[in-house]
Amino acid sequence: MLTDLSKIPTYDTLGVQERVERFQKRSIKKSSKTEGLRKILSMIDLTTLEGKDTRGKVEQLCYKAMHPHDALPELPTVAAICVYPSMVGVAKNALKGSSIHVASVATAFPSGQSSLKVKLDDTRFAVNEGADEVDMVISRGKFLSGDYNFVFDEIAAVKEACGKAHLKVILETGELETLDNVRKASEIAIQSGADFIKTSTGKIQPAATLPVTYVMLDTIKDHYLKTGKMIGMKPAGGISTSKLALNYLVMLNEVLGEKWMNKNYFRFGASSLANDVLMQLVKSETGFYQSANYFSKD
Amino acid sequence: MSRLNINKTYKLYIGGKFPRTESGRYYPVYNKKGSLIANMCLASRKDFRNAVVAARKAQGSWAGVSALNKGQILYRIAEMLEGRRDQFIEELILQGSTKKEAETEVDLSIDRLVYYAGWSDKYQQFFSTVNPVSSAHFNFTAMEPTGIVSAVAPEQQGLLGLVSVIAPVIVGGNSIVILASEGKALSAISFSEVLNSSDVPGGVVNILTGKKEELIPHIASHMDVNAMIYCGDDQNKIKSIQELASNNVKRTIIYKKSSWNDSNNESPYFIEKTLEAKTTWHPVKV
Amino acid sequence: MTKRKNPFAASWTYEPAPESTDHIQIKKKYDLFINGEFIKPQNNKYFETVNPANDEKIAEVALAESEDVNKAVKAARNAFKGWSALEPKERGKYIYRIARLIQERAREFAVIESLDGGKPIRESRDIDIPLAANHFFYYAGWADKLEYAFPNRKAKPLGVAGQIIPWNFPLLMAAWKLAPALATGNTVVLKPAETTPLTALKLAEIIRDSGIPKGVVNIITGAGKTGAEIVNHPDIDKISFTGSTAVGKYIQKAVAGTPKKITLELGGKSANIIFEDAAIDQAVNGVIDAIFFNQGHVCCAGSRLFIQESVADTVIQKLKDRMSTLIVGDPLDKNTDIGAINSKRQLKTIENYIKIGINEGGEIYQTDCKLPKKGNWCAPTLFLNLSQSHKIVQEEIFGPVLAIQTFRTIDEVVEKANNTPYGLAAGVWTQKGAKIFYLTQKLKAGVIWANTFNKFDATSPFGGYKESGFGREGGLHGLKPYVKFE
Repeated sequence: MLTDLSKIPTYDTLGVQERVERFQKRSIKKSSKTEGLRKILSMIDLTTLEGKDTRGKVEQLCYKAMHPHDALPELPTVAAICVYPSMVGVAKNALKGSSIHVASVATAFPSGQSSLKVKLDDTRFAVNEGADEVDMVISRGKFLSGDYNFVFDEIAAVKEACGKAHLKVILETGELETLDNVRKASEIAIQSGADFIKTSTGKIQPAATLPVTYVMLDTIKDHYLKTGKMIGMKPAGGISTSKLALNYLVMLNEVLGEKWMNKNYFRFGASSLANDVLMQLVKSETGFYQSANYFSKD
Repeated sequence: MSRLNINKTYKLYIGGKFPRTESGRYYPVYNKKGSLIANMCLASRKDFRNAVVAARKAQGSWAGVSALNKGQILYRIAEMLEGRRDQFIEELILQGSTKKEAETEVDLSIDRLVYYAGWSDKYQQFFSTVNPVSSAHFNFTAMEPTGIVSAVAPEQQGLLGLVSVIAPVIVGGNSIVILASEGKALSAISFSEVLNSSDVPGGVVNILTGKKEELIPHIASHMDVNAMIYCGDDQNKIKSIQELASNNVKRTIIYKKSSWNDSNNESPYFIEKTLEAKTTWHPVKV
Repeated sequence: MTKRKNPFAASWTYEPAPESTDHIQIKKKYDLFINGEFIKPQNNKYFETVNPANDEKIAEVALAESEDVNKAVKAARNAFKGWSALEPKERGKYIYRIARLIQERAREFAVIESLDGGKPIRESRDIDIPLAANHFFYYAGWADKLEYAFPNRKAKPLGVAGQIIPWNFPLLMAAWKLAPALATGNTVVLKPAETTPLTALKLAEIIRDSGIPKGVVNIITGAGKTGAEIVNHPDIDKISFTGSTAVGKYIQKAVAGTPKKITLELGGKSANIIFEDAAIDQAVNGVIDAIFFNQGHVCCAGSRLFIQESVADTVIQKLKDRMSTLIVGDPLDKNTDIGAINSKRQLKTIENYIKIGINEGGEIYQTDCKLPKKGNWCAPTLFLNLSQSHKIVQEEIFGPVLAIQTFRTIDEVVEKANNTPYGLAAGVWTQKGAKIFYLTQKLKAGVIWANTFNKFDATSPFGGYKESGFGREGGLHGLKPYVKFE
């Protein structure tokens, strides 16, 4: 059952912004930068979520996931491939033999505007196709009209439909307006069974932001203090540069610390971030600024 | 057979009451011809201490009285003074003023009270600012009373000097303990009767009569007094006042003028002298 | 000391990222800036200024003695007539120039500030130096608009201002004092603190380069004795001092009976109040900003924390977690949160207070951060189980030491917050608007930060109630201390 949401912490937006600016001022250089970039690479959910996605596109992406940049030895692979349910089977097959997960969006992604039955069917279809992880969307309309129990029950039902698959709950923070709403939605998601909470579908602007992610991390922190249970975090959408990803990593490092600094508890939902990370890694190695022409685009 | 006058007993004004000095001492005040007018209380340091206690007790709620209401109370003082105009003129004459001087002084005193009554709900708008800081904060500076003000009233102009010192201090929300003119103390005590019938809460104005020499060290050194006004030009006294004031970083205000008649003796800048600027910041962002 | 393991401890550490010192110029020896040039002190005496982060000598600085002070005051006096008679808008232009020159050399100033004073480069770079430039920029514009600052009065400059500034914000305090004094037409003799003279001397170079008439600004160096010479000089019209309440009282006493006007910006023991309905996470962060900003060497530091009992455990736990993420070390490292304690003497004072706190039965908590071997360092510290009667609750420590108390009701906390001879600043944390305005009215302090702390701006007046001093610096109100009415 959902706890009393009138008792949950509130946020001062400017205060959050000031805190976030401090993370952005951390100067990450040399070995700490390399270490950070490799971590980021290993946390990426390499994503394609387009109507025009095809078997070919997904297979290419999967190859890229397994071989990010063969010129650099001992690179980690990305954490997962994130696709629509119809592409789960393709991805699963393409990634055979690797430890890379297949994540599938579900529940009438990205708007979530459908019946519970359709959403549950969508989820079961993805899981049956072999999805290791399900990225669902919450019903923002219901949330904004104050029907929190509806949102809670829906997530709980989807969680059940997931079976063994991990559930990431997308709050679509760009539609929630305030940080207090982000906190509230995070609480609902965590209490109804989310393994991860995720900022955005990538289809709405703004997508992931540092302040929103900060509030979600803070919610995870409080939940851990209260229950000892670790929830994962996934900012998604708009994180395309290493610099920005390092800002997120610094924030994770200083808010939740070591235990969360791995792909089991933190993911970046991104499509072009991986190549920028690779370019930076090669730059650290060679000392030369890189050109995109030397990095495969899939 | 002519009727025998009832002579007035002059007492102190502390906390809205008229006590005799706890010391039981007095000093005589004579007219020009050298005959006794009255025996004034010779207030002791303990009387001063009691007055500060009364002033502290009254200050918080006085500051909380609305600006409109404070203005009306000051206006009420003027009304009461106007009503006793003749008595004050007579008293000033008794203490050595000419008739014309006395009339002028009483009229100016009444007008000065009306002048500051009018400032009550305006000076804040005059001295306050909204400050355009470069961060996302709303920032404003408003004026607040400094707290308890002790004062030594001008020796000349026993009524106008007194009123000119008291009015800007109390209109700013402070309370005051003032030592009246030594030689012209009658008007001060009669003025406290005016105050007492004018809705001024007890303790906001406290008036003592006594010897400067004896009381100034205490007036200047009291640790619960936030600011001190000295009217006069005795350089030694000024030095010793300012030295003693340093013990609690008291603000000191010195008025060396001997006449308070001109209109340049009234302005909101007199009010500002016993105000503190308080600046408040708050984020503006949702 | 209570030990605890932070469940959110970080493992990813950041490699040192020191700001480069290549492009800065520091002379081996600095003379006195008097009448537009650098001249040797009469008695040819110099003292060392050291880097508090490694005890190494940075430069030698002239010691101004009686004759030197006299020379500086004379120069200021001679310059006064011309400077005060100068067309106000021209006066303003010189001040604008100073603002611009500081901006141009901002990085150099920032590095020297951190070298000489021990503050983190992030703070000198992002706060001290830009704000200093802003102050000049702000007051430059006032020079030809004074008739709008004081309606119905003609404001005239006071004459020669003696300005004595502290070591916690060396350049910024110089700017706070110089800018309004110059804009209103005064000339100045300024003395920076003996442990942090370098940025003021760099400022002297800029002032020389600005072409401002000779003698308008004189900058002389020395310790308390030099300051006393300024305070007691008979030809000075105004003393403006920022520093301890003890010295402030001494100055107030010293100028008693003279025509000198004074402004005092003194110590504080500012209350920071967290209510149960606060945005707790930002409040915790605000506490960090309030007490650990500039190693706690801040007169308005929120050194007394009051937490409403219902949230006390949560706040303290979060505070400890947050403290453990603070990086203490090399002031020039861009990642440093807390730099070096400004001087050996100040470190001793702080350590002594920590001892007192322990002896009085306070429960101490310090993070187990590694402190460098050389230099002056103090780990961020907080004390629990305190009451109003504890010495560390009453006295200004001027270091990274927080005294925590709890409270139950609004009236109780207002009473406790005001129960101090000081009245510089206060912080209030609650999401309830009516409560904020109630508190800001009740708290006897010159600056109230509601849902924020330790914010400064050129347009925002700063200064205290009670023993925290009088007069304001910054904003329209900051002009008043430097003028008289005709």
